[in-house]
Amino acid sequence: MRTVFFLVRKEFLQIFRDRTTVFQIFMIPVVQLLVLANAATFDVKRVAMLVVDEDRTTVSSGLVQRFQAGKQFRVVRYEATDADVDHALLDREVTAVLHIPRRFEEDLVRRGRAPVQLVLNAEEGATAGIVQGYANAILSGYAAELDRTLPTGRRPSPRVAPLDLRTQRWYNPTRNYKHWMVPALMVSLTTIIGLLLTAQNITRENELGTLEQLNVTPMTKVQFIAAKLIPFWILSMVIFSLGLAIGKLVFGIPMLGNLLLVYLAAGVYLIVVLGIGLAISTVTRTQQQAMFVAFFVMLIFLLMSGLFTPVDSMPDWAQRVAEANPVKHFVNIMRAVLMRGAGLETVGPPIVGLGVAGVVVLALAVLRYRKSVA
Amino acid sequence: MRAFLGFVRKETLHLLRDRQTLAILILFPVVQVLIFGFAVRTDVRDIAIAIVDPTPDVATLELRERVAASDRFTVAQVLPSAAPLEAAFRRGTVRQALVLPDEVERRLGRGDSLPLQLLTDGSDPNTAGIMMTYATAIVDRWYRDQAPGAGGLRIEPQARMRYNPTLESAHLFVPGLLAFVLTIVSALMTAISIAREKETGTMEMLLVSPIRPKAIVVGKVIPYIVLGFVSVVLVLVAARLVFAVPLRGSLVLLLLESGLYIVTALALGVVISTKAPNQRTAMLAALAGLMMPTLLLSGFIFPLDSLPKVLQWLSYVVPARWYLTIVRGIMLKGAGLDTLWQETVILVGMTVFLLAKGSRGLAIRLG
Repeated sequence: MRTVFFLVRKEFLQIFRDRTTVFQIFMIPVVQLLVLANAATFDVKRVAMLVVDEDRTTVSSGLVQRFQAGKQFRVVRYEATDADVDHALLDREVTAVLHIPRRFEEDLVRRGRAPVQLVLNAEEGATAGIVQGYANAILSGYAAELDRTLPTGRRPSPRVAPLDLRTQRWYNPTRNYKHWMVPALMVSLTTIIGLLLTAQNITRENELGTLEQLNVTPMTKVQFIAAKLIPFWILSMVIFSLGLAIGKLVFGIPMLGNLLLVYLAAGVYLIVVLGIGLAISTVTRTQQQAMFVAFFVMLIFLLMSGLFTPVDSMPDWAQRVAEANPVKHFVNIMRAVLMRGAGLETVGPPIVGLGVAGVVVLALAVLRYRKSVA
Repeated sequence: MRAFLGFVRKETLHLLRDRQTLAILILFPVVQVLIFGFAVRTDVRDIAIAIVDPTPDVATLELRERVAASDRFTVAQVLPSAAPLEAAFRRGTVRQALVLPDEVERRLGRGDSLPLQLLTDGSDPNTAGIMMTYATAIVDRWYRDQAPGAGGLRIEPQARMRYNPTLESAHLFVPGLLAFVLTIVSALMTAISIAREKETGTMEMLLVSPIRPKAIVVGKVIPYIVLGFVSVVLVLVAARLVFAVPLRGSLVLLLLESGLYIVTALALGVVISTKAPNQRTAMLAALAGLMMPTLLLSGFIFPLDSLPKVLQWLSYVVPARWYLTIVRGIMLKGAGLDTLWQETVILVGMTVFLLAKGSRGLAIRLG
C-alpha cells in the first residue's frame, strides 16, 4: 500500500511540475465546454431565403410576410421569376428557395388547396430537414389562418368530429439545446483528456528509459497499474466536477436526479476509460503509437455514442455494437439522471455493466504489462 | 541537397518501420468512412412510441397499423391507460406516446370532439420537433381518411433537396471526414514527430549537422505529405465504391485543393511543435485543442449558420471550415474555381502565415 502511495505521489509531482501540462489539462476542457456548448446546436435560426412569387396577390404576399415575421427565416431576395435561383443556391447566398406558383390564391379559393415548392440546399442534411420542418409549420399555420378569413365556398360540415390534437414536450420545457448537449460534452472532454493522458503515460516511461528502473523494483504488476490509475482517476474526477459546476452555473443545466448517482456512475466509468488508456499503453511501444491507437478508439467511441446523432437511428447491428461502448452508456446515464430524474432502478444495470467492463480492461492491462524487457 | 535527401530517406524509414502506426494511419480513414456511412445517421427513425388505446375499435386499429407501418416508428407498447407512461418515459424505453380517447369510432360517427394527446420526450429539442412532425402527419392523414369532408384549406409544400436529394448521410459526411482526418493526421503527426526529436535529444544532433533548420522541417514534412495524399485517395475510393458518393466537379481540382490543405495542416503541426517542449504537450495541443474545434466549428456536424455570431467569427480562423466548403462545393455541387476562389485564397494565406510563423519559431539552438 505504501508503495502505491509513493508512486501516486511521484505521478502527481511529475504532472504538477510541468506548468504547461497542468494548464492544458484543466483549461482545455473548461474553455472548450464554454465555447463548444454554444457551437453544438442544430438550432437553425434566420435561414437565408429567396422567394420567387409568381402569384403576386395579397394571399401570396401574406405568406411571405409570415416567413419574414418569424425568427427562423429571413427573406433576402424577393423575385418575380425563377431565373438565377440556381446560382444563389450554388453560391450559398441562400439556403432555401420558396417558389409560389401562379394562381396560388385562385387555387386556394376554388379548390381549397394549392401547392408551393420549397427548394433546400441539402449539403448539410440535418439542417435541410429542420428547415423543412420550420417551413411546414409556417405553411400549415397560414393555411389555418386563411381558413377562417378567406371567403371560400367550402365549409366543413358540422357533423364531422373536430380533431383536437394537443402536443406536450416533457423534460426540456424551454427547448434549450444546451441542456441536452452540455452533459454529453462534459463526458466527451473528460474522456478525451483521461484516455490520452493514461495511454501516453507508460509509453513515455518506456521511451525515456525510466520504465526499466521501475521494473527492477520489487513492486508487483497490480501495484504498478494501480499507481498509474489512481492519479489520473482523481484528476479526471476533478475535471468532471469542474464541468458539472460550469454546466450548473453557466448553462443552468437541470439536475433532477441524485448527484451522488452521477458521481457513482462517473467513478465507475472513469475506471473503464482510464483502464482502456492503460491497456493501450501496455500494448504500444512509443508515445506516437499510443496516441494514435487512443485517438482511433476514442473517435469510434465518441461517434457511436449518441452524443451528436441519435443511437436509435443507427442500423440494428450498429446498435448492438454500440452496446459495448462505455461512452454511450455514460452519456445515457448522465442525460437520464440529470434531465429525467431517473433513479437507481433505471441506471443501476448500466452502472453494473460499466463496473464489469472496468474489471476486464484493468485485468487486461495487468496481464499485458511485462516487467521484463524482451 | 544530398544531405537533405538522406534526411528525407531517414524520416521515411522511421515512418515505414513502425508498422503499427502505419496500419492505423491507413485503416483510420477507411474505418471512419465506413462508420459514418453505415452507422451514423442524422435522420430520425425507429422512434419507440407507446399508444394508449382504452377501447380498441376499427378506427383506432387503423391508426395503430399506420403508425406501425411507418419506418419512423416502432410501436413499443399498446396500453389501456396512460398511468404507466411516466415511468416508461423516465426509463427511456418510450420516447413518444399517443393517447387516444375512448370510443373513437362512436365519437367520429356522432361528430363529438376528438381529443388526442401526443406526448414527446423533449430532452433533445430538435429530435423532439422532428418526432412531433412525423407523428402529427400520420394522425392528420388518418383523421382526414376517417372523417372525409373535414379539414379546411391546405397549402401543400413540395420539397426538393438540392445537391443531396436522398439526404444520404455518407454524402454529407465524406467531405467533412476528409477535412477532419487530414487535420488530425497531418497536424498531429508532424507536431509529435518534431517534439519527439526534442524530447529524446536527437534534435540537438540534427541542429549541429550541416542541414539547415528549415530543411529539417521540410524533410520531416515530406513523408507526411505523401501519407496525407494516400489518406485522401483512400477516403475518396472508399466513399465512391461503398456509398457511391458523387464527385460532380473536377477530380484534379479536388486533389490540388487537398494538397494545399495538407500543407496547411502540416504547417499547423510545425507551429505547435515549436511551442511544445515534449510530446505530451504537443499531443494535448494538437488533439485536444484541434479535435473538438474541427468537429464542431467547421460545419462538419453542426451547421455554421446556427452558431452565435462570436463563434462564427471564431470559425473563420479554423482552416477546416474553408477546406470543407471547398470539398462540399466540388463533390456535391460540381462547383469550380470560379465559385471557390475566395476560400482557396484564404487557405493559401493561412498556409503562408503558418509556415512563416513555424520557420521563425524553430530556433537554431534549443532551450
